[in-house]
Amino acid sequence: MKIAVLSGKGGTGKTTVSASLAYSIENSQYIDCDVEEPNGAIFLKPELQKTYEVKVPVPEVDSSVCNGCGKCAKTCQFHALAVIKDKVLVFSEICHHCGACLIACPVGAIHETERTIGMIETNESGTFLHGRLNIGEPVGIPIIRELKKRMRDEGLVILDCPPGASCSVMKSVHGCDYCILVTEPTPFGLHDLKIAAELIQKMGIPYGVIINKATPTEKIIHPFCAENGIEVLLEIPFSREIAENYSKGILPAEATSDWKTKFGEVARKCAIQGREGG
Amino acid sequence: MKIAVSASGKTLESIMDQRFGRAAFFLIVDSETMEFEAIDNQGASSGGAGVAGAQIVSEHGTLALITGNVGPNALEVLNAAGISICRGKATSIRENIEEYKRGTLEKIDTAVASHFGMGAGSPK
Repeated sequence: MKIAVLSGKGGTGKTTVSASLAYSIENSQYIDCDVEEPNGAIFLKPELQKTYEVKVPVPEVDSSVCNGCGKCAKTCQFHALAVIKDKVLVFSEICHHCGACLIACPVGAIHETERTIGMIETNESGTFLHGRLNIGEPVGIPIIRELKKRMRDEGLVILDCPPGASCSVMKSVHGCDYCILVTEPTPFGLHDLKIAAELIQKMGIPYGVIINKATPTEKIIHPFCAENGIEVLLEIPFSREIAENYSKGILPAEATSDWKTKFGEVARKCAIQGREGG
Repeated sequence: MKIAVSASGKTLESIMDQRFGRAAFFLIVDSETMEFEAIDNQGASSGGAGVAGAQIVSEHGTLALITGNVGPNALEVLNAAGISICRGKATSIRENIEEYKRGTLEKIDTAVASHFGMGAGSPK
């Protein structure tokens, strides 16, 4: 059972929810797909013992073979190549590793070389994984792909997704059985929740909502969920106690057994609905 | 000589676009006759806009470029092509060409940060 936790808006509590679920269910696997700012480790405190570099193929041009025809630059949809005065300039940081330039080159002057863009770290047992994109790198997808290769087939897998609703989120969510959309009762939370819900609907995955920083009187998220028939799985209150613990890296589920039980129930509910939907 | 100008429209009266890669058009102007060609910048909305723009400008045999700012990738391509870059003003293409001929435009030899033309640089 693979559950993806996403939100659209950043800072709503994806990691609080994901890490709480992983904490509450024994032998679950937690994967931090937010490779630009992985911070699940702050809560789950794993002993990271294994490191794998993530490399991507980028073109390299043999200038003794290249005839400067410019077909590689015309073929590249990402403008990672330019041909000036019969010489090829390669901008490997904007390359998307599709290999089209190799096919386009009529004289076989292009071959692929590897470039490291980041890494994956895991604990000994492989129940905690996160990826780290090197600073300045624009595309984290290859790291998410490597993380997902290490997903377990059995048991509960929690994927803590990046914010937003673009390629890296889609890559993280793809193939999951259920999605939890974490939101907060603000106009910003609702705005981005709508975008995330639309994305998940298009991808055809069953989903529910968790409202973080919830207040008893909120009238922003509940009406939207009621109108659209979306289940509110859990409300985490806007509470000083939870916020104080959070500031010390302590999860709600870690602080009280009551919250551990609640997150356990959410995980079971998602698992049932995920199976029904799938 | 041929001069390229990043442009917000397709005529000599159009205002120069401060951005290079993200400009809507490039005007290639013959500075002697003031004859010109307007090129739709296909790369304006995609990735690698600076590289693509510099490639277009160099393919038209221009010796100079008038624009507001260039990013690091565009600068590398333009330098390789031997195109000199001048900082234009937010006035018409015609006035920028006139200023270029008088030699009153400042040279650009350093890049702004990547994605500056997409709002990455905050206005002062």
